[in-house]
Amino acid sequence: MIAARFLQGGLDRRIAVTLALILSVAIFVPVANLLFAPSHPLHVPNYAVALLGKYLNYALLALALDLVWGFCGILSLGHGAFFALGGYAMGMYLMRQIGSRGVYGHPELPDFMVFLNWKELPWYWHGFDQFWFAALMVVAVPGLLAFAFGWFAFRSRVTGVYLSIITQAMTYALMLAFFRNDMGFGGNNGLTDFKDILGVSVQADETRAALFAASAVTLALGVLITAAITGSHFGKLMIAVRDAEARTRFLGYRPERVKLFAFTVSAMMAGVAGALYVPQVGIINPGEFAPANSIELVVWTAVGGRGTIIGPIVGALVVNAGKSWFTGALPELWLFALGGLFVAVTLFMPKGIVGMISRHWPKRSRATDAKVRADAVREQNA
Amino acid sequence: MRRIASFIACLVFLVLSGLSARAQDDEALRGAVAGFATAEGFQQIGAVIDALVVLGDPRATRVLAALGEGDLKVREADGGVFIVRGSAASVRLIDPVNGDTAGEAGGASLKKIRVNNRLRRTVRDAIGALTLTAADPAVRMRAAETLFANPDPDALEAVEAALERETNADVRRGMEVARAASLLLSDRSNAEKSEAVGAVAALGTREALGLLSQFRTGATGALELQAAAAMERIEGSLARWSIAQNFWYGLSLGSVLLLAAIGLAITFGVMGVINMAHGEMVMIGAYTTFAVQEVIRRSAPGLLDWSLPIALPLAFLAAALVGMLIERGVIRFLYGRPLETLLATWGVSLILQQAVRSIFGPSNREVSNPSWMSGAFELGQMMITWNRLYILLFAMAVFAVLLWAMNRTMLGLQMRAVTQNRRMASAMGIRAPWIDAMTFALGSGVAGIAGVALSQIDNVSPNLGQSYIIDSFLVVVFGGVGNLWGTLVGAMSLGVVNKLLEPYAGAVLGKILILVLIIFFIQKRPRGLFALRGRAVEA
Repeated sequence: MIAARFLQGGLDRRIAVTLALILSVAIFVPVANLLFAPSHPLHVPNYAVALLGKYLNYALLALALDLVWGFCGILSLGHGAFFALGGYAMGMYLMRQIGSRGVYGHPELPDFMVFLNWKELPWYWHGFDQFWFAALMVVAVPGLLAFAFGWFAFRSRVTGVYLSIITQAMTYALMLAFFRNDMGFGGNNGLTDFKDILGVSVQADETRAALFAASAVTLALGVLITAAITGSHFGKLMIAVRDAEARTRFLGYRPERVKLFAFTVSAMMAGVAGALYVPQVGIINPGEFAPANSIELVVWTAVGGRGTIIGPIVGALVVNAGKSWFTGALPELWLFALGGLFVAVTLFMPKGIVGMISRHWPKRSRATDAKVRADAVREQNA
Repeated sequence: MRRIASFIACLVFLVLSGLSARAQDDEALRGAVAGFATAEGFQQIGAVIDALVVLGDPRATRVLAALGEGDLKVREADGGVFIVRGSAASVRLIDPVNGDTAGEAGGASLKKIRVNNRLRRTVRDAIGALTLTAADPAVRMRAAETLFANPDPDALEAVEAALERETNADVRRGMEVARAASLLLSDRSNAEKSEAVGAVAALGTREALGLLSQFRTGATGALELQAAAAMERIEGSLARWSIAQNFWYGLSLGSVLLLAAIGLAITFGVMGVINMAHGEMVMIGAYTTFAVQEVIRRSAPGLLDWSLPIALPLAFLAAALVGMLIERGVIRFLYGRPLETLLATWGVSLILQQAVRSIFGPSNREVSNPSWMSGAFELGQMMITWNRLYILLFAMAVFAVLLWAMNRTMLGLQMRAVTQNRRMASAMGIRAPWIDAMTFALGSGVAGIAGVALSQIDNVSPNLGQSYIIDSFLVVVFGGVGNLWGTLVGAMSLGVVNKLLEPYAGAVLGKILILVLIIFFIQKRPRGLFALRGRAVEA
């Protein structure tokens, strides 16, 4: 219903441009990688495909966080957990695809289970040999966790800092849990040494190009979904909850339901991002649950501009490109740069890069008008 | 006859000669040992052994052990007595008194001092009795402990004889349990054994438990029942002690959490600033301790035991200064926007970490324990290390001082005034921005002195602060924001619950359980254990 109304209303011009950009990247990069010879000036090398693919997954993750933080005012410091859970679901599928080609050659058990002397597959590993089931779990597991977590937290009106801290505790607890060998997720080493995905080799150039295209298309889908949600009546409610939760409640709305919906959808998007990330980097381990990762993710969104749809994408790309460059060229200085970025963005550009630019960009759509009004309300409050 | 007379004269001389001086001891021992050369027949050898026992010199045990093994021989040429090593044609001679090698000799030139089974038993008892009657109480205690650990019915008489002469109360107790332990394995009467079971059971240690279970397998009837009951009692008391030990570990962990969190209770709890760089203040304190120790090591090694008291004020000042800079430079622009503060201070924490990594290097730094903090002591069946005890006391002291500062000083009054009603406080002439800076500096400084304490039990590395930040926030949130008592109760209860869970769930699972419990607790009481009551819809 939301989508229908959204399509009726037509696309915001900036969203349309973003979508076109993402989709053209989805076509251009794989084509340039596969069709042009390495000497050709337009050739995109393999490592760049993998790197850019990773950035696109990060962008989707940042967009997911923006949905809850930028639009609904819930600062989750545990979004990395949903990303990692999606990644583990995909990793389990990829592990099952190894079959008997593992080091120990067991037809069913992954290597680490043989190593731990496990005799049979734990119940929660069943079904992951089917792609459809794994794909379902990629969305369902983060979604259910977020739903359960949000159900309790939002109903008890845990807000603001308290919510941030318990989301952080959640991802920390999950990290500790996944580090345990007994959990059956490979412990410290996580899941790795993947061979096939959907019957083709994960390592093959064509597969990598296809994964890249899939990442880009998924990001475009994520943009569409976010735009649809935020552009709808429900989106306005989210913004209302963000700016004045008590007032929204007194007007007769149920802020906890709004938040729960946003939180769950966002977690699902993060799960999908994680699932696409794992086959491209070839490993998933408990380190992905580290609270620091989730906080770093917050800064991508903040740098790009929260409360906008393009912002988190720009932020994720810029910060990660900066990270790749710094860790290569000046590894000593990367943490200084990242830390400085945190401070500078919060002090000098609270609306991020996109927020600064959009002051000089004509506003046309209804959605932006609504946002401007909401911002005005917020400034009055403050 | 003359030989015996001279022998006895020799003994008398030995006994009379004083035992105090080392040289005289040597002489006496040498003279007594020389008795073996002249002794004829087992009876006389037995008399020499008795003489050695009377001498009470622990070194005689070596001679006696050699005698029992058949390694004590007489050189036929001059009647010298030696301990002999090696059985080839040429053997090594060892001086029986000082244990030095005294030369070599052909095996044929030596005569073995022969012993029979009865003498062997005499020798064994003599060895036990010698150490049990040694002049040094520590040696006697050790002998009693050795006997308790390896009970021997043959040693019963020796220990009973020693008991009669024992005056030192501690050693007496040790000997009594050693006697009881030996008695359990002997063929004495059931009444005595029953008494011994009681004596061993009263010890309540794991060793006593082992001894009793060994005894129980051989016992019958009432004695077996008594042993079983005693074992059950010991097991029960051991279980209680182990709970007490875990409780102590919990208090110790709680004190660490309290130290780490109490500064945060001020910056976050009182000011409402989410300072993610709090852990780095702890780290700065720890590195200050390291720097102080380095300087002392280089310029005044004698002061090393004083390094911690010296480091305390410096760590406070260093961390407080950095905290003040952060407040003036970053946080004051972000009051009222808690989530942004969180991000900015996280950025500051990254910068501080990298700065420390650049200055001191990425690896762990060695901070030594002063001598008065190392070691441990036993309390019943509990082991308590001094450094943990001192840290617990220190945490309590910091808490008390902070409580006093908040409630009884002018600065504390002004801090609370600014927290409760900023505009009213300003109207009363309080310089609110200055108070903000001072509060933040106080919270940071307290984190700095926590770093001094934590440097004693944790690795001093650039990641030190990171490992405490999540726990600290949980403690403050659990205890209730804005309440120092809440932080105390929160830290202690989290520490104790964590350690009591550990034996059942394991360390990692216990920690996970704690995190899940806190998440659920926050649902139930979103404002923590000791919430400040107020009418605000949204704080």
